[in-house]
Amino acid sequence: MYAFDFERPTTLADAVAALSKDEAQALGGGQTLIPTLKQRLASPSALVSLTGIADMKGICTSDDGALCIGGGTTHATVAREAADSFPALSDLAGNIGDPAVRNRGTIGGSLANNDPAACYPSAALATAATLVTNSRSIGADDYFQGMFTTALEEGEIVTEVRFPIPEKAAYMKFEQPASRFAMVGVFMAKYTDGVRVAVTGASEEGVFRWTEAETALSANFSGDSLSGVSLSGEGMITDLHGSGDYRAHLVGVMTRRAVAAAR
Amino acid sequence: MSKVAMTVNGKSVSGDAKGNTLLVEFLREDLRLTGTHVGCDTSQCGACVVHVNGKAVKACTMFAAEADGAEVTTIEGMANADGSLNVIQQAFQDHHGLQCGFCTPGMVMSAAALLKENPKPTEAEVRDYLEGNICRCTGYHNIVKAIMAASGQDVGAIAAE
Repeated sequence: MYAFDFERPTTLADAVAALSKDEAQALGGGQTLIPTLKQRLASPSALVSLTGIADMKGICTSDDGALCIGGGTTHATVAREAADSFPALSDLAGNIGDPAVRNRGTIGGSLANNDPAACYPSAALATAATLVTNSRSIGADDYFQGMFTTALEEGEIVTEVRFPIPEKAAYMKFEQPASRFAMVGVFMAKYTDGVRVAVTGASEEGVFRWTEAETALSANFSGDSLSGVSLSGEGMITDLHGSGDYRAHLVGVMTRRAVAAAR
Repeated sequence: MSKVAMTVNGKSVSGDAKGNTLLVEFLREDLRLTGTHVGCDTSQCGACVVHVNGKAVKACTMFAAEADGAEVTTIEGMANADGSLNVIQQAFQDHHGLQCGFCTPGMVMSAAALLKENPKPTEAEVRDYLEGNICRCTGYHNIVKAIMAASGQDVGAIAAE
């Protein structure tokens, strides 16, 4: 790793101030950033750890029925505390990485990084979640802007994520067994006014909504309604683990499984 | 350099750490607690698992400064007060849950975290919890058996002999 200064503020205001310095970088749980630093793929002047900010941790339900999760909340905490209120999200969080990774990695860190194979972006997009930062609120449809790219400005921190709780939902991940990232992950969320389907792991553009499937499932919520709907392999990730066509096919399979498993 | 202070295996310790000093480096090189191993250094293998404030974490993927003020437990803190092996360690010995032993500190720390959360896990739950701990010798069967035995469950029916 290159050398850097390390700060661990205890308030959001101090963190924002620390991040205003040139080349300063926020550190969530570090489960992606620390390996990246070890490979010398990043050289921040300072790391600003967000793990000391108590206000950014925890889960609650808002008056309008949304599940609100602090940006510094670990995957393990979401898996445990969302189990009753939003089981699909709890399942997603409980299958990220491994138990030790889940004890460190945070929802805010995952969403800020927007890895094209990360799990959380699919949940945020499929539920039209709101990402709250230190300066504004951003709808998920505007937030995700391609692989590792988001609407966040330099030094902006995801402090909270608000998920409208669906009637039914499921997350289905086809796991790449070595990295435990999603080869393909599909988050399907059914609301009274329609179904949303978001796909991670598959596209070169990062997480995306599969609108044809949404239309079919909104008209008829059953796996059969997807029989005439398919996705092209064009623009899908091709690597040593699978071709674009293979991933496109998996998206259909995972979506059907999500419909069957929805609760 | 900045000062970091934490409680490791019940003792207050402090030292100087650079910003990029990993917790595992601090434990091994400053405190000379070399029971915590570095296998892959990429968060895959789990040989470096320790407990920070009661939670299993990979000490190769956390900075020492992040553990400032924390309670840390390493494999050196697992034996009974009289120095004898604790129930999990003894079960690993009894059930031949180690061969070369390199992964064992991480396996024992993960097992201890699992049994704290879930005192009577099923075989499937044990295997699931060990997802982030890699062993190249045993084929895992005897590790699973040891953890089931440590939880006080019958291990007669587990896995292949």
